[in-house]
Amino acid sequence: MLPTDPLRPPAAEGPLLTVTGLQKSFGSNQVLRSIDLHIDSGQVVALVGPSGSGKTTVLRCLNGLETPDGGTITFRGAPPVEFSAKVTKKEALSLRDHSAMVFQNYNLFPHMTVLENVIEGPVQVQKVPRKDAVADAERLLARVGLAEKRDDYPFNLSGGQQQRVGIVRALALQPDLLLFDEPTSALDPELVGEVLTVIKELADEKWTMVIVTHELAFAREVADEVVFMDGGVVVEHGHPDQVLRSPREERTRRFVQRLLNPF
Amino acid sequence: MDWELVRTSFWPMVQGSLMGTIPLSLASFVIGLALALVVALMRISRQPVLAGIARFYVSVIRGTPLLVQLFVIFYGLPSIGLTIDPWPSAIIAFSLNVGGYAAEILRAAILSVPKGQWEACHTIGMSRAVTLRRVILPQAARVSVPPLSNTFISLVKDTSLASVILVTELFREAQQIAAFSQQFMLVYVEAAAIYWVICLVLSSGQSALEKRLDRYVAH
Repeated sequence: MLPTDPLRPPAAEGPLLTVTGLQKSFGSNQVLRSIDLHIDSGQVVALVGPSGSGKTTVLRCLNGLETPDGGTITFRGAPPVEFSAKVTKKEALSLRDHSAMVFQNYNLFPHMTVLENVIEGPVQVQKVPRKDAVADAERLLARVGLAEKRDDYPFNLSGGQQQRVGIVRALALQPDLLLFDEPTSALDPELVGEVLTVIKELADEKWTMVIVTHELAFAREVADEVVFMDGGVVVEHGHPDQVLRSPREERTRRFVQRLLNPF
Repeated sequence: MDWELVRTSFWPMVQGSLMGTIPLSLASFVIGLALALVVALMRISRQPVLAGIARFYVSVIRGTPLLVQLFVIFYGLPSIGLTIDPWPSAIIAFSLNVGGYAAEILRAAILSVPKGQWEACHTIGMSRAVTLRRVILPQAARVSVPPLSNTFISLVKDTSLASVILVTELFREAQQIAAFSQQFMLVYVEAAAIYWVICLVLSSGQSALEKRLDRYVAH
């Protein structure tokens, strides 16, 4: 195996992820009707849309946190996972090897220090020697300005600091794809910036990311592509300037207007 | 007050504690807790049969007196050809009893850990077993220390029931000394005092443990 630098995304080009016909229902509520997505390596995709449009569910399906009822998810270098057929648990779980999730509520492990949170996955799951995992974690923590917090417990950190640890915990796994589920929605307004800055830097370094967000200005700045969802379908997608400034679809227009002028 | 009797009865009763009450409590609590963990996991599993068995067990243990459980094992089983000595009988009965009560405590404690913790473990690739061991149980432990301490303290006092199946422990020593000396008040109050001291030590152990496990929680 080539030596990998945890500060750098896995180097590769071309399509990383292809999703076709993704469907998911919760009881009688069909949350995803038929979603298609294509993501290239190094691409940043912002998933936007009203509450209940299914964006978070898409993200959770990609990470294997939800099992879709239909459709196919294919990561580069892995066999397609076909959900229409009788999908095995192992196949469904294999999805999470390609991605790592950053949660809205951080979901840090409260009984572990910052450093322990970050090395837990590499050491316990990926069997990285503890010494190497600690060195990687320290570099990553320094990167997001939290080097001196390594031995603190999460409850001692601000929300913005906790979320930065959440991001580092995901990075430490060196995933092909980073998934952000409304990473700033639980934060006080004055703490949003520090988290978005980190995400912006990751985008500049060409990490492949899917970001579910309500921060349209941010989406326009970092995303290569904006996907607007409503009612369990992709209504339109394209370059941020196009989708957010001159939307083709009426539903997109109404959504953007509402966010720009809430009153 | 017969200080001479207090003095001469003290050592046999302490010996009864050290050789009977305390090891009986410790062994039963450890075995009972292990049993409780299995039962709690069965109870929250998605297998209806396992969950049903666990529910039935908890219901029987909580719905019948401990003294009756003890009698069934020690006096009842021999009539179907299964004779068990006093000590193992006592340990079996007390372990089964602790298992029933502690299972409910552990189940509630495990369910009290937020779902997001399971999801965070999922996303870093952990199996369910590793998730339980590394993340869920350590957090559940913190929540369950106060109720489990109650269970343990009750158990220490309940081991006095083992005297009726001939286990030599603190209370059986007290009964024998009382019968011999006819000083019932003095001897039984002395026995009570020794139980109390044991439980005081346990309570301070509980406080220390709670303090240690609270180190990662905001105050």
